[in-house]
Amino acid sequence: MKITLHVWRQKNATSKGGMETYVVDGVSADMSFLEMLDMLNEQLIAEGKEPIAFDHDCREGICGTCSLMINGVAHGPDSGTTTCQLHMRSFQDGDAIHIEPWRSRAFPVIRDLVVDRSAFDRIIQAGGFISINAGGAQDANNLPIPKPDSDAAMDAAACIGCGACVASCPNGSAMLFVAAKIGHLAHLPQGQPERAMRARNMVAQMDAEGFGACSNHYECEAVCPKEIPVKFIAKMNRDFMKASLCSES
Amino acid sequence: MAFQLDPKIPSGPLEEKWTKHRFDMKLVNPANKRKFRIIVIGSGLAGGAAAASLGELGYNVDCFCFQDSSRRAHSIAAQGGINAAKNYPNDGDSIWRLFYDTIKGGDYRAREANVYRLAEVSNNIIDQCVAQGVPFAREYGGLLDNRSFGGAQVSRTFYARGQTGQQLLLGAYQSLQRQVARGSVTMHVRSEMLDVVVVDGHARGIIVRNLITGEITRHAGDAVLICSGGYGNVFYLSTNAMGSNVTAAMRAHKRGAGFANPCFTQIHPTCIPVSSEHQSKLTLMSESLRNDGRVWVPKKAGDNRAPNDIPEDERDYYLERRYPSFGNLVPRDVASRAAKERCDAGFGVGATKLAVYLDFKDAIERLGEDVIRARYGNLFQMYEKITAENPYKVPMRIFPAVHYTMGGLWVDYNLMTTVPGLFALGEANFSDHGANRLGASALMQGLADGYFVAPYTVGDYLARHGSLQAKDKVKTDHPAFDEAEKGVRDRLQKLMSIQGKQSVDSFHKKLGLLLWNHCGMGRTREGLEKALSEIPRLREEFWQDVRIPGEANEFNPELEKAGRVAEFFDFAETMCLDALNREESCGGHFREEHQTEEGEALRHDDEFAYAAVWEYKGEGQKPDLSKEKLEFENVKLTTRSYK
Ligand SMILES: Cc1cc2nc3c(=O)[nH]c(=O)nc-3n(C[C@H](O)[C@H](O)[C@H](O)COP(=O)(O)OP(=O)(O)OC[C@H]3O[C@@H](n4cnc5c(N)ncnc54)[C@H](O)[C@@H]3O)c2cc1C
Ligand code: FES
Repeated sequence: MKITLHVWRQKNATSKGGMETYVVDGVSADMSFLEMLDMLNEQLIAEGKEPIAFDHDCREGICGTCSLMINGVAHGPDSGTTTCQLHMRSFQDGDAIHIEPWRSRAFPVIRDLVVDRSAFDRIIQAGGFISINAGGAQDANNLPIPKPDSDAAMDAAACIGCGACVASCPNGSAMLFVAAKIGHLAHLPQGQPERAMRARNMVAQMDAEGFGACSNHYECEAVCPKEIPVKFIAKMNRDFMKASLCSES
Repeated sequence: MAFQLDPKIPSGPLEEKWTKHRFDMKLVNPANKRKFRIIVIGSGLAGGAAAASLGELGYNVDCFCFQDSSRRAHSIAAQGGINAAKNYPNDGDSIWRLFYDTIKGGDYRAREANVYRLAEVSNNIIDQCVAQGVPFAREYGGLLDNRSFGGAQVSRTFYARGQTGQQLLLGAYQSLQRQVARGSVTMHVRSEMLDVVVVDGHARGIIVRNLITGEITRHAGDAVLICSGGYGNVFYLSTNAMGSNVTAAMRAHKRGAGFANPCFTQIHPTCIPVSSEHQSKLTLMSESLRNDGRVWVPKKAGDNRAPNDIPEDERDYYLERRYPSFGNLVPRDVASRAAKERCDAGFGVGATKLAVYLDFKDAIERLGEDVIRARYGNLFQMYEKITAENPYKVPMRIFPAVHYTMGGLWVDYNLMTTVPGLFALGEANFSDHGANRLGASALMQGLADGYFVAPYTVGDYLARHGSLQAKDKVKTDHPAFDEAEKGVRDRLQKLMSIQGKQSVDSFHKKLGLLLWNHCGMGRTREGLEKALSEIPRLREEFWQDVRIPGEANEFNPELEKAGRVAEFFDFAETMCLDALNREESCGGHFREEHQTEEGEALRHDDEFAYAAVWEYKGEGQKPDLSKEKLEFENVKLTTRSYK
């Protein structure tokens, strides 16, 4: 396959970026999308040019490192898939593909397609945990947890923190990410004691980081590689409301 | 001078060693803990758990990782599960049995006392993780579910769908972030440790490169913990993440830490086969699949029919045939070699003939597609994404791939390397898995080391050797820091100045292929000698002709990779040398000269029941070998049989 790529190039956080065009020939349908970019980078290095910087690590859809807006869609055309799991068989010979970094005020570009997502870590620091020190936990089976609760917790906990939800949201909102963590812990008995405080603090931090508000576009759900449903946002809103009411009384 | 290897195994009966040792260890008074700074390299299960726990205790911790968040360490990719001796299913498990299975599974090349402690704390890990909110799979009654894994006849594996590593790591990550918020841990992301600083024989700091700006910084501490994961990427293609590397361990090695059993590498039997030369990594299909999947090849060599057209009586379920009592659940090394044997003999399937089938037809007929989907849905989906084949309808094609490394920095019972104050935890150390690791035991070990061992043993070291007074502490203006920083800068400068013609990846691929061919699943004296003569040639070529675009003082992934590949070259030599030295077959190390008539591994216990510990002697110099003799007081060494 022969593919034309229009790629965002930006030297560093302060420089102005722009789109550049490249042609890659000899792409095979079995290659992953990132292997296609590897091939382009090898070509650029051979030509004495600077390769394109992009984030990736596990290349199997679990670490959440890879990003990329591919033809305007976070993680590309296949649903329930990260960029690193996307294969070139989803494209056709002669296709032109536009590749851009995540775009959000809260995710500044570092270089080319690489952005800074440390805001997510700070949101977790604000309360995305259960306060328990190592040692001294009771026997794991002392507290049975109904399977539906534990399954629901797992559905939310599957979030890989990639940031696709933010990148695809017209408002740059991080609601799905935050709701997933709150939902994970809220479905478990261990998460109850800090439930209200957690929702309040995480939402406050999300606002402080410059993420936008949710106005129910649900683009986030559509692109989420782990298919985390927006129902967790509604649940979080309830937790948040309750917490705000309690703190005022 | 060879190492004086003292494993510091506490005296007394096996069951009492850890309890007694915990009592014998010195404590740091709570008010004094904040006077110590501990450096942790790595935020995976081992590093993340250690950094969080030490922070909870009140120490100051600096934790480093090369990813953009501590949540992305490669522990996240573990799928199958974590072992513990809870015996919830009441099927005869016990701490002793987990200990025994692990020692036997490791082909009697691990230290009894460490392994027993691992089994002993395994239960605390599950309790801890549940308390953190890890959503392990449960039964309808609300209690935890278990499944079985290779090398064991009991169900002792806890799991969270196919994402156990992710959920355990998120548990550790959340605890770690909680400490970051408290101010006890400082997290340094996108930071790569490039050297250890040793002062008066003790580890006292590290040199780090900021991967965004290229800035080189110095960090002083009272102890340094290497939790940097395994070195499987020396083979280029492996199930490890693209960034996994041996740099931190190798720099520690070059500063005096012994490296033990580097040739003990694990080739996992169930991975998606290589499809093309552009392949950048291999994907594991969790071993848990062997609970319900049956492995087979056609009985006729070169049979090109589609799998579903091959009738039942023309299939060879070779694992069930060769190992009737364990069947498809034999340990990994055995399953991998059996697959290689069939493919070498011409029975392989698929386009490359380097694959065997893993078939779920019987399980789907017995249990229904829904049950199989609930158990392995995400794995099946992953398989389909990569291969465009539906495993509910067509058997999976699988082949062994490099997966885990049992070798690592030598540590004593306290997890301390041969350099005082320098500790190694998790996959980066050599301690618990001998020559072969059983499934679901790495997560257990990483968390055991991080939550339940290092917090005690590091404290003991600090109580004995740490200085409480600020004036007595080593500071970053010490000449040892000058020397280490200069070394790091010179090396980066040298890499940048080569400006040759070949890319970093092209060298990495060549090195990987060389090792896969000669130090992979089957090893011979001839092949290893060939590798040992080729590696220096290839390394020389690397240092003459590698091309790294861009600058050292900016975000430069090619430079990062080059630094890692340079360390892999140095490491590869030691690995091959170790494989050459070990004139026996055991676990993942199969020397073709040493096998039984039936093709099973043949150990030589009288000569090789030791850990081979290598001492670095300078570039291009042959490392020195020291031996830690392994004493087996509680288990009898037998030929491993899974028949
Ligand atoms: C695909 C896959 C599936 C697996 N499944 C299972 C399973 O089901 N059960 C099981 O028990 N085990 C499994 N394993 C093995 C297990 O996941 C690992 O052995 C274990 O997670 C390693 O943990 P760790 O903390 O030692 O290292 P890692 O999680 O690899 O963490 C290494 C850390 O070190 C950092 N680092 C490395 N070098 C540097 C440096 N120079 N400077 C700064 N930081 C550095 C990294 O950033 C990272 O934070 C699996 C492994 C793989 C690859
Ligand atoms: S690289 Fe890990 S999710 Fe894509």
